[in-house]
Amino acid sequence: MKRLLKGGRVIDPANGLDGEFDVLIDGDRIARVGKGLPIDGAEVVEIPAGFLVTPGLIDIHVHLREPGQEHKETVATGTASAVAGGFTAVACMPNTSPVNDNANVTSFILGKAAEANLARVYPIGAVSRGQKGELLADIAELHKAGCVAITDDGHPTATALLLRRALEYAGMLGIPVIEHCEDTSLKGDGVAHEGFHAAALGLRGIPGACEAMGVERGILMAELTNSHFHVAHMSARASIRGVRKAKEAGISVSCEVAPHHFTLTDEALGTPIPYDTNTKMNPPLREAADRDAMIRGIQDGTVDVIATDHAPHHLDEKNVEFDRAPFGIVGLETCVPLTFDRLVHTGIIGLRRMVELLSLNPSRILHVPGGTLSVGAAADISILAPDLAVRIDARALRSKSKNTPFDGWEMRGGVAATIVGGRPVYVNPAAGVAL
Amino acid sequence: MPVVMDADRIARTLTRIAHEIVERNKGVEDVALVGIRTRGVHLARRLARTLKEITGDDVPTGALDITLYRDDLMRHDVGPQPLVRRTEIPFSIEKRRILLVDDVLYTGRTIRAALDALIDFGRPRAIQLIVLVDRGHRELPIKADYVGKNLPTSPGESVQVRLQETDALDEVVLEPEQEGAA
Amino acid sequence: MSTEAPEQGMGLPPATSALRHKDLLGIDQLSAGEIALVLETAVAMKEIGSRSIKKVPALRGKTVVNLFFEPSTRTRTSFEIAEKRLSADTLSIAIASSSVVKGETLIDTARNLEAMNPDMIVLRHASSGACHLLSRFCRSAIINAGDGMHEHPTQALLDAFTIVERRKRLAGLKVAIIGDLLHSRVLRSNILLLTKMGADVWVCGPPTLIPTDVTRFGVRATSRVDEAVRDADVVMLLRIQLERMEGAFFPSLREYFEVFGMTEARLALARPDVLIMHPGPMNRGVEIASEVADGPRSVILDQVANGVAVRMAVLYLLAGGVEHEEAA
Ligand SMILES: [Zn+2]
Ligand SMILES: [Zn+2]
Repeated sequence: MKRLLKGGRVIDPANGLDGEFDVLIDGDRIARVGKGLPIDGAEVVEIPAGFLVTPGLIDIHVHLREPGQEHKETVATGTASAVAGGFTAVACMPNTSPVNDNANVTSFILGKAAEANLARVYPIGAVSRGQKGELLADIAELHKAGCVAITDDGHPTATALLLRRALEYAGMLGIPVIEHCEDTSLKGDGVAHEGFHAAALGLRGIPGACEAMGVERGILMAELTNSHFHVAHMSARASIRGVRKAKEAGISVSCEVAPHHFTLTDEALGTPIPYDTNTKMNPPLREAADRDAMIRGIQDGTVDVIATDHAPHHLDEKNVEFDRAPFGIVGLETCVPLTFDRLVHTGIIGLRRMVELLSLNPSRILHVPGGTLSVGAAADISILAPDLAVRIDARALRSKSKNTPFDGWEMRGGVAATIVGGRPVYVNPAAGVAL
Repeated sequence: MPVVMDADRIARTLTRIAHEIVERNKGVEDVALVGIRTRGVHLARRLARTLKEITGDDVPTGALDITLYRDDLMRHDVGPQPLVRRTEIPFSIEKRRILLVDDVLYTGRTIRAALDALIDFGRPRAIQLIVLVDRGHRELPIKADYVGKNLPTSPGESVQVRLQETDALDEVVLEPEQEGAA
Repeated sequence: MSTEAPEQGMGLPPATSALRHKDLLGIDQLSAGEIALVLETAVAMKEIGSRSIKKVPALRGKTVVNLFFEPSTRTRTSFEIAEKRLSADTLSIAIASSSVVKGETLIDTARNLEAMNPDMIVLRHASSGACHLLSRFCRSAIINAGDGMHEHPTQALLDAFTIVERRKRLAGLKVAIIGDLLHSRVLRSNILLLTKMGADVWVCGPPTLIPTDVTRFGVRATSRVDEAVRDADVVMLLRIQLERMEGAFFPSLREYFEVFGMTEARLALARPDVLIMHPGPMNRGVEIASEVADGPRSVILDQVANGVAVRMAVLYLLAGGVEHEEAA
């Protein structure tokens, strides 16, 4: 079957397109992109004026929790959350139970993803067996089974030597090593950014240097091995300084920032709800200078990707004392509104850059399909409504978990519809696109 | 609004009460004054001065705050707590005749609270009650031993005692019922 | 009704007429006027403790639960006496932290307690923010008796009461707080209170034990103890937690005493009438020399005595509740 998306503003940075174009979908592929395309028997989908038609958004840092922690999230609920957030693909982290350190777990996840049949799922394998930081996992086998990168996320790779070996090995396979950058001795039993607000609330601190140490270590190992090192969920200004210098030096490094780190600061620990455990994540919300450095990095191109670090936790796990609560928040369904509201409408980035950060660069870093609307490419398309009034309602999230600090936030910009392989998998009734 | 006692009248009344005290107790030996905060304390101090003039003796004088003994405390589900002030009874009340002093006697509940409070300080030989104004409408079986003025009132009216020490003038005023007053 | 100021000569800003809060979670939430109200009320409460019958019927029929997740004989006893002097029905529950680890969460415990319909819960807990958490799930008034490294508001109030009793004011006094600043809830409550009341607060300790950005609280920070003590009106020592300090935050207890321990020699720099305070329990020969702890300028035992009066004031003032609960 054919569908003709008519009247939208197409933004496809890979092909240098930004303007009013029609997009013809034939089956699961993109057949044509052009002005005033003939209907020719296709089902016409009128895209309201001002809406964007972009290559499908890709979130390269998501915790789907399956197998093992299905009370928090499953592949099915996680991908439902993804498509509701405008994402056509997600890359999922290996810190499941059991850890995704072998082809069986990878296949299991891909099987669940096929069953759910919503967003595409790209598993990420573990660096070390059981993520224990001792022996390398079966990286080539993981790659063959479908893993697009390796990481010990949840924790940093245990030693510089292990990280070096992982980079060397991953380099052979042409996949990146994604690193949760952290010096564990500096983190100690810290639960919040080490600054005035943690001091005032009596919370143990994690200094920004704790992350930057991990970033610098990774950059040195990337230089040593000439392999691709990717910094996950960057939060500290010293980290971005390190990445910027490394890029200038021609080292193969890329990085991502999560929406909460370009939106919130550690002030949220105490207000509006003191000790709200939905402000507890790792890396922690940092001070304004760090948040502003993230925004500057997004603006000047140092930051390659916006990724959510979607980390679902059950309400009962979060309704505890702050220092006993797990780190992490859900992010898939709040990413697009926050990006529009905080970055686009404030003039920090343009729409083209937004699409690079959320679609093109993620596809390039993980070497996965998508990121463009080229003829013949899979018809993974996000239809975005930049001026849609959005109110976040935690209880209404598709994710199985509701741990978001953005409950009740009102923002401008949202998702109208999500198309995966030519198939509409999400339509926002509030946006008014008939699919 | 009618002034029912002016400064001169108040002064003469207190002098009369002081004489009655001396007469009834055959002197002021064993006698101590305890004023109920706030205005009862000032009245007690004035009486002590007058008693000194009459008898030449110092009558120990204390101040009693009855807030923590009020029977309406905690009766409302919510609401700010009344202020508590310091109770100062720097003498033993044991075996003494205690003259309890208040400005206005109304329902009797304040006096009930004051009696409870006093008993916590020991076992006086007797407690006598002095009030400047008795406005009636008792809700408890309490009667004053010394009354400055009996003033018939309706429940809606309000009796205001003003004293130099707190209000910069001496007078007792009967204020009419206020529109919508509780 | 009355225009008379309740307690004159305390040198405090005008007291508010009420404490309009459901809970006392921290000094953080109190205005200078509310602090003055608590201190003035405590004056009246202290008098009750000097009577032969040390009991008033104010909280008759009210139930207060003392919920202690950390052992603290001193604070718990002080609250219990305060509650009994106000005629409240009290129930003390000490929960070993080991049983908490095993499963029942703070919320579970709180919900079970709520079924007994207590009017107030006095909570001591090892986690910062535990009182805020409890307050979100409980109708009862919550009084913070120390939460983790966050606050210990009644300690700061009794410290202030003790200072005012001797000095008749807080504004303008130089108060030096010396010791483990990083892990101290007493420090946080005290600097919030003292700065609100206009004191000149200095904090002093090894750099490893000074919280980040502590000067943003409006205090001066130094690691030179002489600088902190010089011309001080009050020197407050904080407890060094022996178990986790040595070798980690400073080399040895001996060296700590050498550099930061409060001795008579060091105190010679302070004002001659300096007050020596310590929230207890003391480590003699670590943060304070015995001759100082037991010396004529020490008001450490006054602090203990005043604790009851201040806690009576807090219990009494909060028992009224609030008409309109403030937004969380
Ligand atoms: Zn991570
Ligand atoms: Zn993660």
